[in-house]
Amino acid sequence: MAELAIEQLTKSFDGTEVLKALSLNIADDEFVAVLGPSGSGKSTLFHLIGGLYEPDTGTILLGGENIKGQKGSVSYMPQSPSLLPWRTVLDNVLLGAEIAGHKDQQAAIQMMEKAGLAGYEQSYPHQLSGGMKQRAAFIRSLLSPQPLILLDEPFSALDEFTRSEMQKWLLDIWQHNKRSILFVTHNIEEALFLADRILVLSEKPARVVAEFKVGFARPRAEDITLTEEFLQYKKDIYKVLKKGTGE
Amino acid sequence: MIMRKGWRPVLVLILLLIIWQVLVPLFEVPEWLLPTPYQIGVEAINSWPNYSGHLFATIRLSILGFLIGSSIGLGVAIILHLVPKLRETFYPLLILSQNIPIIVLAPLLVIWFGFGLLPKLIIIILVCFFPITIAALDGFRQTSGELLHYMKMAGADRRQIFWKLEWPHAMPSIFSGLKIAATYSVMGAVISEWLGAQEGIGVYMTLASSSFRTTQVFVAILLIMCLSMLFFAAIVLLEKRVIRWKTSGGGNSNG
Repeated sequence: MAELAIEQLTKSFDGTEVLKALSLNIADDEFVAVLGPSGSGKSTLFHLIGGLYEPDTGTILLGGENIKGQKGSVSYMPQSPSLLPWRTVLDNVLLGAEIAGHKDQQAAIQMMEKAGLAGYEQSYPHQLSGGMKQRAAFIRSLLSPQPLILLDEPFSALDEFTRSEMQKWLLDIWQHNKRSILFVTHNIEEALFLADRILVLSEKPARVVAEFKVGFARPRAEDITLTEEFLQYKKDIYKVLKKGTGE
Repeated sequence: MIMRKGWRPVLVLILLLIIWQVLVPLFEVPEWLLPTPYQIGVEAINSWPNYSGHLFATIRLSILGFLIGSSIGLGVAIILHLVPKLRETFYPLLILSQNIPIIVLAPLLVIWFGFGLLPKLIIIILVCFFPITIAALDGFRQTSGELLHYMKMAGADRRQIFWKLEWPHAMPSIFSGLKIAATYSVMGAVISEWLGAQEGIGVYMTLASSSFRTTQVFVAILLIMCLSMLFFAAIVLLEKRVIRWKTSGGGNSNG
């Protein structure tokens, strides 16, 4: 039961409204991308779901349970890999589970093997490349017991080539380890390639201005990005984004 | 690495000693005023049975004081870090306390606590705890905001944040504090022995200087230097064992 239901979420800081009556839903094992102009309050949304702040009004339910202001109800992968430099990769990958109170070393080793990190269990993060660090960070959130994973522009710091590699890798590993995912990005193509559904946010104060169901069959091949359909989606979303900012 | 990079300072040191050795007889400086390095060396070897007891007494005192002082220093740092109100209150006082010269404080401690072990330990603790407290506090506070954010989002509580993030993150700073404190502890021990003790390098030095056995004073200085360096090296060795992720980071710059 990983259904996330956010209703009428409003939050302001120092008098400026960042989120205004924002509502969204994520079904079990669904991959939802949130697209929005930069500074549209995407991180605030994450902080509210993550429980760092409480919303002014509105509810956040996860699996029917109120998680308002409750830290540790969701698993999180930040923009930077945020691996602890003094821990080996294996210990880093286990950190999320460790904080939640139950770690399974065997599962972690298996997962690292599947993720292409075999042999790096005892290495330290500085010995990994940027893409490998992000893989480790994603495995860390997969190994955490929470049913929903928040991904905060996880590939934005990577170069274009690594980025598309990572997108394929992410889809592949998610296919075999289904979770509900909320993926924030400002890259339309990335959202289209990855998500089942795309939510477009307006500028501040943020609310959902449009929703796109992405109909591509899974598993997805890279060449769908070249199809007519993909380009049509891209145009439509781009229009909404522009209009959203024009308001 | 020390073999390859350390030869320059060693060379300069040897050069200085040679100049010293040559100039003293040249200007006919008497031994009670300034002995030559050779005389000091001979004295250091010959009077080993005379000062070995003193040396071990000082080593014992320094190590004991260092251990207590650094424990107190770490404890104070942890408490001040975990209770920000206390930190705001005591941090300035802590710095103020370091403006009181230990030499001035020492006679007072003797008046209050006599000539036993306690006033000596207090002096060493006073010189040791400050560098550690400051270093550890800075280490805790400089914890990367990114990592802190991740830990909070992952649901870590205060205790987990401290032990899994802030404590290991502060390790390199704590070790620089420990290095300073280790060398200070020898100085503290010698100062405390000046005040009155049965044995110790401080006592040996006082006895030597009051009877114009200048060579022995130099031997005492040599011993203090060696002891400080030994303590420093011990901490460096410990650091290398504890902070393996950082030493291997040095090799990373090559590739």
